[in-house]
Amino acid sequence: MADYAMRLSDDERSVLAGDKGETLRKALETVVRYGEVFGADSLADVEKPVHLVTSFGVPLLKPVFSLMDELIENGLKTAYPFTADPRPDFSNVPANPLEKLIFGKIMYGKQSEYEEQLRKTGLASDDAFTCTCYMDEVGNIPSEGDILAWAESSAVVYANSVLGARTNRNSGVLELLSGITGKTPVFGFLSDEGRRADWLIQVKTTKTPEAQVLGSAIGMKVMEDVPYIKGLDGFLGKELNSEVKDYLKDMGAATASNGAVGLYHVEKLTPEAVKGGESLLKKDYRTYVVDDAELERVKNAYPVMWKNKEAKPKVCFIGCPHLSYNQLIRWTDEIVGALKKSGRKKVAVRTVMTAAPAVIERFKTNKDFYARLTATGVRLSPVCPLMYMNNPLCAKKPVITNSNKLRTYTTSRYYTDSEILKCLARR
Amino acid sequence: MEFQGRVILGGECTLEAVVTKQGFNTLASCQKSAMAKKDRILCSDQNNPDLFNKNITGKALCLPKTIGSTTGGMVLQTVADMGIAPAAMLFSESIDSLAASGVILADIWNKHTIITIDRLGADFLDAVRSGMNLEIKKDGTVILKEN
Repeated sequence: MADYAMRLSDDERSVLAGDKGETLRKALETVVRYGEVFGADSLADVEKPVHLVTSFGVPLLKPVFSLMDELIENGLKTAYPFTADPRPDFSNVPANPLEKLIFGKIMYGKQSEYEEQLRKTGLASDDAFTCTCYMDEVGNIPSEGDILAWAESSAVVYANSVLGARTNRNSGVLELLSGITGKTPVFGFLSDEGRRADWLIQVKTTKTPEAQVLGSAIGMKVMEDVPYIKGLDGFLGKELNSEVKDYLKDMGAATASNGAVGLYHVEKLTPEAVKGGESLLKKDYRTYVVDDAELERVKNAYPVMWKNKEAKPKVCFIGCPHLSYNQLIRWTDEIVGALKKSGRKKVAVRTVMTAAPAVIERFKTNKDFYARLTATGVRLSPVCPLMYMNNPLCAKKPVITNSNKLRTYTTSRYYTDSEILKCLARR
Repeated sequence: MEFQGRVILGGECTLEAVVTKQGFNTLASCQKSAMAKKDRILCSDQNNPDLFNKNITGKALCLPKTIGSTTGGMVLQTVADMGIAPAAMLFSESIDSLAASGVILADIWNKHTIITIDRLGADFLDAVRSGMNLEIKKDGTVILKEN
């Protein structure tokens, strides 16, 4: 066994010595070496299900498939049934036959084999595919203080910040190996010190900032540091209700994708900020003031990646990360209202709203809203819009979105919620 | 000029530098070339003017750290397995969790070593320029050589 600086239990040493097989040894070696890079002094038990970022069977990911095969051949699976990011389900998105062929046979040609691998290694259910596993309808909801090993940047930042659980920003595969070994190294966001804030963000806007632009501005400024955000409670109130959680979900996803934020505190709102207040700030914290002009500057700097910058939008994606039930209700109201005002019956741009399979199922049981939404021509899908966009055909389409994450990783163009509504209801 | 960093994965070689002063978004940078199964990675991150459309395959990628999606480590592991990863990753700051995962996964599960050195300091990133030759030593020394 290699010599590790980390304090290890007898059982962990035994696994690393290969007593429980070569594959489990490699899995734990990966977790330990990863922890040693960050000076972790020990491993902690993973207390709740992991959440996987790797949900897609892209044939390119050969090293992942062979690793999964090796785990399965050796009978290894996670202690708790896990959730995973959205599956590439293109049944209800705008796609012509050629695109469907590309999605099914080429891009995600290994999907059914990979899902079988996921089932064998501990997937919770065939509906466990969403980036918002923490929704009530999905049920992978950690409690404050729980030790996790999650991946998916938007889920990690939500679990740490809004739920007060403790997970590092684990990479794809590493989170699975943590679930398999039941261990995650103690460093970073697992420690009290690692959760203290490096930045004071002073929100001094004249109205509620667009969550996705505020998150983008903060992410680009602080990168992977921890921000303590002051001034938002003036707009959002002091209760962490479902509307505020949705706002923080979208803001957090933008901080994580436009930068690498894994934890933020919002004064008077998020659990640790409520308890600790400004004492969470490190002594040498830096300050970033966000006002209307700064948000405008950030938004105006987004490059337009469309070939024809004046093109009319052809597709609109709402829901990256996946929408909550309440967001589906709100968007339905707003789209129906905007169409009524402009005298349209259906949306002017083919629009897809995405949510977790279980959230969509719940929404469908609300027959009134479901009928109103589908009458506008808007489609509901559990897909990840990133998966839709990541191919040469779809990348050429003028796609608009209210997601700063989708904008960052694709050629889609960012519109604020009100700009989206205006576009969908244009005369 | 000579800089000393911490060795995560050691090796000795001379490589051409390609430099980003901002965080390297692994998914946004690599996905286009990797998905198209190209034999090299032309950085596709629209938000990174330092690297956009530049070849990073086989080079010494000099960066502060990586950012973006948590698929980052898995993407690094995959491009390493495809033989199109940077030959070395030289971090001015401490390595981040996604990059560390990627290089360790590639090393343990795919026997592919991306030479990885971190904590080279802000002066390193100020001094190094794309196109320079870098001599990398096993002990984490990086020597900048003017062409």
